[in-house]
Amino acid sequence: MKEEILFTLDTPFRQPLQVKGWYFGNPEKKTLAVMGALRGNEIQQMYICARLIRALTELEGQGNLTPECGVLVIPCANQFSMNVGRRFWAADNTDINRMFPGYDQGETTQRVADRIFRALQGYRYGIHVTSFYLPGRCLPHVRIMRTGYERPEEAMDFGLPYILLRQPHPYDTTTLNYNWQIWDTQTFSLYTRQTEAVDEEAAEQAVTAVLRFLARKGFCRGDFGRGAETRTVEESSLHTVSSTEGGLFVPLGELGDRVEAGAVAARILDPCTAQVRQELRARTGGWIFFLHRACLINGRDVAIRILPD
Amino acid sequence: MVENVIQIPLAVGEDLVISKNRIGSGPKRLCVVTGTHGDELEGQYVAWRLNRLLQEKARFLKGTVDIYPALNPLGISTMTRGIPQYDLDMNRTFPGSREGVMSEFVASELIEDLAGADVCIDIHASNIFLREIPQVRINVNTAETLVPLAKRLNLDFVWIHESATVLESTLAHSLNARNTPTLVVEMGIGMRITRSYGDQLLAGIVSLLAYLGMWTGPVPPVRPPLVSGNEAVHFLNADCPGIFFPTSDHKTRVQAGQELGIIADPLTGEVRQRVCSPAEGLLFTLREYPVVYEGSLLARILGDCI
Repeated sequence: MKEEILFTLDTPFRQPLQVKGWYFGNPEKKTLAVMGALRGNEIQQMYICARLIRALTELEGQGNLTPECGVLVIPCANQFSMNVGRRFWAADNTDINRMFPGYDQGETTQRVADRIFRALQGYRYGIHVTSFYLPGRCLPHVRIMRTGYERPEEAMDFGLPYILLRQPHPYDTTTLNYNWQIWDTQTFSLYTRQTEAVDEEAAEQAVTAVLRFLARKGFCRGDFGRGAETRTVEESSLHTVSSTEGGLFVPLGELGDRVEAGAVAARILDPCTAQVRQELRARTGGWIFFLHRACLINGRDVAIRILPD
Repeated sequence: MVENVIQIPLAVGEDLVISKNRIGSGPKRLCVVTGTHGDELEGQYVAWRLNRLLQEKARFLKGTVDIYPALNPLGISTMTRGIPQYDLDMNRTFPGSREGVMSEFVASELIEDLAGADVCIDIHASNIFLREIPQVRINVNTAETLVPLAKRLNLDFVWIHESATVLESTLAHSLNARNTPTLVVEMGIGMRITRSYGDQLLAGIVSLLAYLGMWTGPVPPVRPPLVSGNEAVHFLNADCPGIFFPTSDHKTRVQAGQELGIIADPLTGEVRQRVCSPAEGLLFTLREYPVVYEGSLLARILGDCI
């Protein structure tokens, strides 16, 4: 293992932003790069990378990385925001994950993105451990952009229950995932059910999935279990249950629970009288894939996304 | 007549309401929208003045003018650039979707309401960091249609920029794609109102109404703008962090090599960078917010076409 400062960015009135990477295995090989927190609230994403660094240190110490294996892990590139409790770049509220591939002569977060992207270049596989833009939680899955370069079958080796394929929107074209893929790295976004807080169980599942991926590709040795049977779904096939009323949001199930077609999946209550304003019903039967997180919900919010049978 | 274009219940005892004021009648329609970014207030003055002008001089108006002062009312009310709660830039959500989340639904409904207008003017300020001269920004792919309209707006500069996929999520792109000519105005600075710029644009809107055959009253004189592509625009970004003190005035002509400002270190008294103009031209963008980081945009110079 080699710990290295990938780049620094001077800041006024605070210590320089210092982005560190941890290298494992053969320094001549660029097998897998794992990017963690780009946003200041991605605590779980940083923690998953930290756990991965611990696991890879152990595997390397035991001689269980193969000669073809070279891994880079960057747990956090945005402590500048994380340390002050801000999600986006604390100085101007821009999102680093909307600045890729970056620009070395551009604005601050374009430069940060550029330096990250340079460090991540040339890897065969890339994993971005990231968070969802909607205020909610989702089942663990690997998400792949349909850029024309994607090979979803490669993601089966994670052994996670779901691979989600996304048709990129114009605003996706400045994300790390999209650009990494375009620049010749097979890229996977890894989602777990938590963001702002540490979830040990979800972190364990994510770390094991990455190690299983490496093992199945022949880059490390170890028993990481069979994993789940993976189902590949188009994001557009998820059934969205939206609210039309606002109020207190009371889901009747948890992530991963089964919902029958026509059944009430959640209620919206009047926040002052507790009267039921709306019953949210699933049009099709399936499994709760995404669940709105906040206690309050507005009209026209996405309350639940159901993975159909 | 004030109409609610969109009304969506919020969680507790309040609706999200996006309103417009429709003035006049007739098939020709001009839409003036602003307030997409909650920290950009320059358009509020224009909306107010235009409302009053059209109501006072209603006899000259031959058509319909729709004024939308606040496309993002939650953002304006909370001094938030994006949509609060979602941390989303509203101008990256168009054309939206009726099946999407609230922001996408709002975007979709707005597009439906605005589409079909003869012209739409989308007024932005700069952000809180930079001061801009009054200008129109046009995607090169729509320049042929939009530049003749933009020249009527009495602004100082028409900037024809390259297209970028990410900009396909903007209101202007979505409306232009639906054959609703949409001009993006940028002027002034975030969280402030520069009334002289607003007055300048107001005269331009009257001129545009006359050009569209929607105004029979007196038309103020309109100055021709500078028109340029990206090639004539020079960007100056900070090489180091610190406090930026400008030493040249915004909206003035500068010489190649002229000092535009310094980046100072208040802890040591050091001048960390002298920022000099790379070319002769118009200093059309100048940083107002003093704290800078490496990469912070300090100034833009429009060269060549002076």
